[in-house]
Amino acid sequence: MENLIALLVAAPLLGAAVLLCGGRRLDRSGHWIGTVLAAASFVVGAVLFTDMLGKGAEDRALHQKLFSWIPVEGFQADVAFQLDQLSMTFVLLITGVGTLIHIYSIGYMEHDERRRRFFGYLNLFLAAMLILVIADNYLLLYVGWEGVGLASYLLIGFWQHKPSAATAAKKAFLVNRVGDIGLSIAIMLMFTTFGTFAFGPVLEATGDTSEGKLTAIGLMLLLAACGKSAQVPLQSWLGDAMEGPTPVSALIHAATMVTAGVYLIVRSGAIFNAAPDAQLVVTIVGAVTLLFGAIVGCAKDDIKKALAGSTMSQIGYMILAAGLGPIGYVFAIMHLVTHGFFKAGLFLGAGSVMHGMNDEVDMRRYGGLRKYMPVTFVTFGLGYLAIIGFPGLSGFFSKDKIIEAAFAKGGTEGWILGSVALLGAAITAFYMTRVMLMTFFGEERWRHAATPSPDEPDVEPAADTRGAAAAGHAAAATREPHPHESPKSMTIPMIVLAFGSVFAGGLFSVGDRFLHWLEPVTGHDHGHAPVSATTVTAATMVVLVIGVAVAWAMYGRKPVPAVAPRGSLLTRAARRDLLQDDFNHVVLVRGGEHLTRSLVYVDHTLVDGVVNGTAASMGGLSGRLRKLQNGYARSYAVSMFGGTAVLIAATLLMRAV
Amino acid sequence: MNPVNYLYLAALLFTIGASGVLIRRNAIVVFMCIELMLNACNLALVSFSRMHGNLDGQILAFFTMVVAAAEVVVGLAIIVSLFRSRHSASVDDASLMKL
Amino acid sequence: MNASLAAAASATSTGEAVQFWLLGTVAVIGALSTVLMKKAVHSALSLAGTMIVLAVFYLANGAYFLGIVQIVVYTGAIMMLFLFVVMLVGVTAADSLKETIKGQRWLAAGCGLGFGVLLIAGIGQASLRGYNGLGAANALHGGNVEGLANLIFTKYVFAFEITGALLITATVGAMLLTHRERTERAKTQRELSQERVRSSHLPPLPAPGVYARHNAVDIAGLLPDGTPSELTVMQTLRRRGQIRDVSGEALADLKALEQRSGERLGRGLADRAGASEDHAEEGEEVAK
Repeated sequence: MENLIALLVAAPLLGAAVLLCGGRRLDRSGHWIGTVLAAASFVVGAVLFTDMLGKGAEDRALHQKLFSWIPVEGFQADVAFQLDQLSMTFVLLITGVGTLIHIYSIGYMEHDERRRRFFGYLNLFLAAMLILVIADNYLLLYVGWEGVGLASYLLIGFWQHKPSAATAAKKAFLVNRVGDIGLSIAIMLMFTTFGTFAFGPVLEATGDTSEGKLTAIGLMLLLAACGKSAQVPLQSWLGDAMEGPTPVSALIHAATMVTAGVYLIVRSGAIFNAAPDAQLVVTIVGAVTLLFGAIVGCAKDDIKKALAGSTMSQIGYMILAAGLGPIGYVFAIMHLVTHGFFKAGLFLGAGSVMHGMNDEVDMRRYGGLRKYMPVTFVTFGLGYLAIIGFPGLSGFFSKDKIIEAAFAKGGTEGWILGSVALLGAAITAFYMTRVMLMTFFGEERWRHAATPSPDEPDVEPAADTRGAAAAGHAAAATREPHPHESPKSMTIPMIVLAFGSVFAGGLFSVGDRFLHWLEPVTGHDHGHAPVSATTVTAATMVVLVIGVAVAWAMYGRKPVPAVAPRGSLLTRAARRDLLQDDFNHVVLVRGGEHLTRSLVYVDHTLVDGVVNGTAASMGGLSGRLRKLQNGYARSYAVSMFGGTAVLIAATLLMRAV
Repeated sequence: MNPVNYLYLAALLFTIGASGVLIRRNAIVVFMCIELMLNACNLALVSFSRMHGNLDGQILAFFTMVVAAAEVVVGLAIIVSLFRSRHSASVDDASLMKL
Repeated sequence: MNASLAAAASATSTGEAVQFWLLGTVAVIGALSTVLMKKAVHSALSLAGTMIVLAVFYLANGAYFLGIVQIVVYTGAIMMLFLFVVMLVGVTAADSLKETIKGQRWLAAGCGLGFGVLLIAGIGQASLRGYNGLGAANALHGGNVEGLANLIFTKYVFAFEITGALLITATVGAMLLTHRERTERAKTQRELSQERVRSSHLPPLPAPGVYARHNAVDIAGLLPDGTPSELTVMQTLRRRGQIRDVSGEALADLKALEQRSGERLGRGLADRAGASEDHAEEGEEVAK
């Protein structure tokens, strides 16, 4: 069975190699090759999973050492894989959702002439992500970590002819690089502290290491997680990353890659358990991002960006849970899996909507689409119910557990974190309802948004004044969209994911199956909840209803204006991603410029000054000394004579002493 | 009288000679001053010879004289050729080695 | 040998002391004038005097051979070599003692003073109270010269031979340095005579000197109009700039002579001016 592990990675890697090196002759079959190999990887994962289920809880972990990578005395790096329950969960999520999204992309990217390349990148991503989750040491994990960063860069900038996409790709890459520095420093610290970076020895040795060092490592790992998982303060790239094709947003920037940070923290749980300060910072980052993402999600009119804010917020939940320690690890992963299902489903639904609406992303030009795309409506709706935590659906179980765990942290911290999580749940309900209402309910605003064009004479006349005003603003839309349902290749994955969104949570939670499954790896602690689980559930329900009701009141009862109103200060800030880019610009870009300028100044004055000053003083000194060298033999004779006198004096002095 | 006085005299003559080398510009006079210094040394050597009661000091003075003779021959030849080429016997005129 | 020779003595005879103080003063004065005399000839002569005094001191110190050698070789040969060179370079050329290098004189004085004081202090500090005398050493081989010869040809024979080689080398070197290679063919007598006929000046060059009073070679002969003619002076002197002009001197001398004779004849102050004018005219006539 161990030998199959390498096959997990090998299949998509082969796909990437074949598709990216194969050239044009694979243009027709490329997407099938990619999909089949992704599915093959999923089948291998499933086989390994069934095998694993057949064993006892304690000996489920599999190891496979492929080869010695860097065999240096004192620095042993192996390419070795470790497949335990945690990795297995990820493998199934990645390959499963990945395969579905491959299938979806066949339809979605049908008219893109670079589809083969797209599938090559997707396979490359799968391979890198699998390496990330099944690596048995931090160095190999780092390889996967960089690999997914590369794949993410390539896929965000897939439509590189659009400057916005190229910029977004560059932004994602650069921001991720900040996080990667954290990971590389963490690995270096591990090597100096433990002498190794394999998971086993490192995580076992945490007991004998000073807390300061562990805190440092933990904070560096958190920095890495922040970069990859778009957590505050490195969150700014995720919204822009929506420039990539929608399947990419679904797979990489919702379901899998952005959760790598959560994986990293849960995997390094032993380090965080021994460093409470680092844990506290993790929970703070999680809580801040949770609210941050949710607020951003409320204000965005771009459906994908609203979902991106939501992703940020949901990962904030996971990071928060991961920061809670053994109380939360299992729930972080559980929410991660269910989120993988419903967020991927939501993104695919959004993609389906865009597919039917001429790639329009502004929700203010949607409305009433439920009649035109029923499958999308139903699957999206199920995903919606799941994410807001409608009782019985996936999100209900996983998010509720996280809120409970936050309260169970105990003390003031517990109360604050729990309240933040509850507040987040309310905002989640609000913005998801908003998305739902604006997209599928209400007036058909897209009819008015379109400008009549000569080749489409059957356009319905835009009667009312609001539509005319909107038409003025929507000059870019040249023809009226004809909303239609997406092809089968797109709807089937959505249906499958909708099933996941509905049942995964219940499947995991009934009898605490998921808990027992992961507990051997992550450990679990019930904590001491100050309020009963029922109370928390009830509170969650209440805030859920409030959130939905407010959204209904704002967007369901009243018609949605086709042009965004000016809005309050908070709304405007949230539309600008809560000024994150402005902040980055002012603090980092301007600061960097100032730093550079001052460094240049220092370089010019101080460094060059020292160098030039040395040269000048040498020159000046030489100029002075040159005068001694006047060519007159008698002057030289004087110095010789003086020197002789000094020698005599020294001799006498030495004798006297 | 203590024969050490000869040494004082030698030191005095040597110093005068050295100062002359430094002060005078005429190469011939400079050369004479060098001879004066050599003679002062010889006087000191002869005095040492007497003090120590052996002849080695005198031998050394003798060799000094011989070498001084050789030096004078070459040195004066140099002065003559210098004068021929530059029409001057001033040591300051031969200052081509400066910038 | 008596006790004074065998044992260390601390003082010399009174005669030697008197001789030291007298001749020592002469030596120092000679040395100072060597340095301070303007003319190289005077410097050379002062140096010669100092060297002779030193020769006497060598003799007084029992270095008989060196004393004689000092006189013969140094004062006799080397100093005469100096004088020859002084003649070659120009005996009348006097140095200006004005210093041209900035600070050189002060530096030299400082260094010289420091050096001398230190040296004398060092000698004073050294415990050289007594002396052995050379009686025993000279007597060992039957005399000073024999003793030196014994050392030179036994202990110092290699140094001696090498010094001989040095002397030979120095001689050859001096020859090389002063020898001037002829770069063109020597002119034949015929060519020389042709050259002379073609030149503007066929007859022999006029002789230098004016009247009988100034017949030295460095004095240019005067032309009929009273101006000196450079042709009358030899080329070397002309190139050195050592020509003396006496054209004005003769008139001035004559004038002075007239004045003196006039005073002796008791002429009054009143007509002296007129008389001097007359005499000046006379003088001019005489010059012509």
